[in-house]
Amino acid sequence: MKKKAIIELIAKIIFLVSAVIAIFAVCAITIYMFIKGTPALHEVGVSELLCGNIWKPAADEPSYGILYIILSSLVATASAIAIGVPIGVLTAVFLSEMAGKKLGGIVGSAVELLAAIPSVIYGLIGMMVLNPIIFKLEMALFKDDPTHQFTGGSNMLSAIIVLAIMILPTVISVSTSSLKAVPDQLRAASLALGATKEQTIFKTVIPAAKSGILTGVVLGIGRALGEAMAINMVAGGAVNLPLPFNSVRTLTTQIVSEMGYAQGLHREVLFTVGLVLYVFIMIVNFALLRARKAGVADE
Amino acid sequence: MSNSRRIKDGLVRLLIYVCVLFSVALLLGIIVYVLIKGIGTVNWSFLTTVTSALNGTVGIAGNIVNTLLIIIITMLIATPVGIGSAIYLNEYAKPGKLVSIIEYATETLSGIPSILFGLFGMMFFGEKLGLGYSLLTGSLTLTLMVLPLMTRNTQEALKTVPSSYRNGAIGLGSGKWHMIRTILIPSAMPGIITGAILAIGRIVGESAALLFTAGSAKLLPQGLAGLLNKPMQSGGTLTIQMYLSATSEGDFDTAFGIAVVLLVIVLVINLGTKALTKHFDLTRKE
Repeated sequence: MKKKAIIELIAKIIFLVSAVIAIFAVCAITIYMFIKGTPALHEVGVSELLCGNIWKPAADEPSYGILYIILSSLVATASAIAIGVPIGVLTAVFLSEMAGKKLGGIVGSAVELLAAIPSVIYGLIGMMVLNPIIFKLEMALFKDDPTHQFTGGSNMLSAIIVLAIMILPTVISVSTSSLKAVPDQLRAASLALGATKEQTIFKTVIPAAKSGILTGVVLGIGRALGEAMAINMVAGGAVNLPLPFNSVRTLTTQIVSEMGYAQGLHREVLFTVGLVLYVFIMIVNFALLRARKAGVADE
Repeated sequence: MSNSRRIKDGLVRLLIYVCVLFSVALLLGIIVYVLIKGIGTVNWSFLTTVTSALNGTVGIAGNIVNTLLIIIITMLIATPVGIGSAIYLNEYAKPGKLVSIIEYATETLSGIPSILFGLFGMMFFGEKLGLGYSLLTGSLTLTLMVLPLMTRNTQEALKTVPSSYRNGAIGLGSGKWHMIRTILIPSAMPGIITGAILAIGRIVGESAALLFTAGSAKLLPQGLAGLLNKPMQSGGTLTIQMYLSATSEGDFDTAFGIAVVLLVIVLVINLGTKALTKHFDLTRKE
């Protein structure tokens, strides 16, 4: 009998330890980000680092301003959301309100597969298909402008398009399930009042599902901010103002492209870049929590 | 109904169809384009040799072995921990502070971008624990990444096990651990397997977290001793090799060849999970 009690206790402890590992992991990651990310803030100076716009880590008098890098990340994410969310929500409307079982199944599977495609494949196709198209556009727009630095299509615009595509599956699947959760009485009431199907969708169903859709948007923001490899392959890679036809660096691509060889202070600054990204992601996580809570309160 | 209303509704409908068409065309476009560009590269020697100027071969066998090793090591750690964590949350813990902290931590973990996992893995497993650039460093990093996926899927599966199973077993005099081992885990197996397959899919597609943890070596391990030592050595997965081929090496044939292999794996995993879920749903209903 005693042996059995000991086994029970050991099992419980093992399960508890497994569960607590997640807490340890989050704490360890947070602590490491701050320990490794803050020294450069002291050495370079907070305002010089975060608000400086000259990135010259290899110069005789090195300058470590990451303002343009931060801005590029924010602009790329915001623009990707602005393009991706409407497309995603309308696709979700189709899946939840209009598609029959068979057609809905096909489109739904396609969306699932899009989510499963590795980001390096998006990057490769971006390089081979999207960049040449954007380059043609660039040549047409800037052919009379001698001051423009041609990017060969590897620029902010390409990054935004690739990101918009990559957040689609997230936005679609989260929005679809929240639209499907809207009770049918709401639709019936709206239709009975004489609204058309389209009016019902846009005036009744979407507003009722807004907190769920918002959750999808916030998840999309997180995904866009954190995407590294695909963007690194299509965005060029010079530190520039985030204009559509400028070659740009984002927080993630800055780490990907320089971590391999950076030394000393340069390396420490890259950890600070990681810290800035981490802080942004924590803000997104907090927003996610709020959006979910709002969803629960709605129900 | 007024005419302008009708036109408006028609336009909205058209816009929705365009968006849907875009999503589906995108997927088909990606698959067809990758297949056309890459299928010519994929043959037996591409899959079974390593790229070597000396032998005149172009191949990704080393990367395939590295990918498999990373999958095996990661899943060996992540599966028990994920299942254990889910069992604790579902079967032992009483709702309260600890549970909500664990659930919040799991949620946070799943929101952290892979590049930050890569940075942490490099600093902690690679430098602090001295594992360097190695498959083990990569696997430990990925373990943290797929842990939320394993935990959540197991939790969902445990929730579908009726509480009468638990009460029945306990009532018959079974201990809790015995009940978990013989009743709960087998009943939750479909969900656990689905979670594991999804995790494998995530590992296969991952690149940013591995760049600074597992490195990019592509040679095949020599003999059994080589294979056993491999986890402590650097090794690039398929995605890493594809990234390097497409960027610094400028070898687009290899890049598209690997893209074909990756797409096939992703397709198989996707269809496999679907078939499994369907199969288990049917057997449950019977």
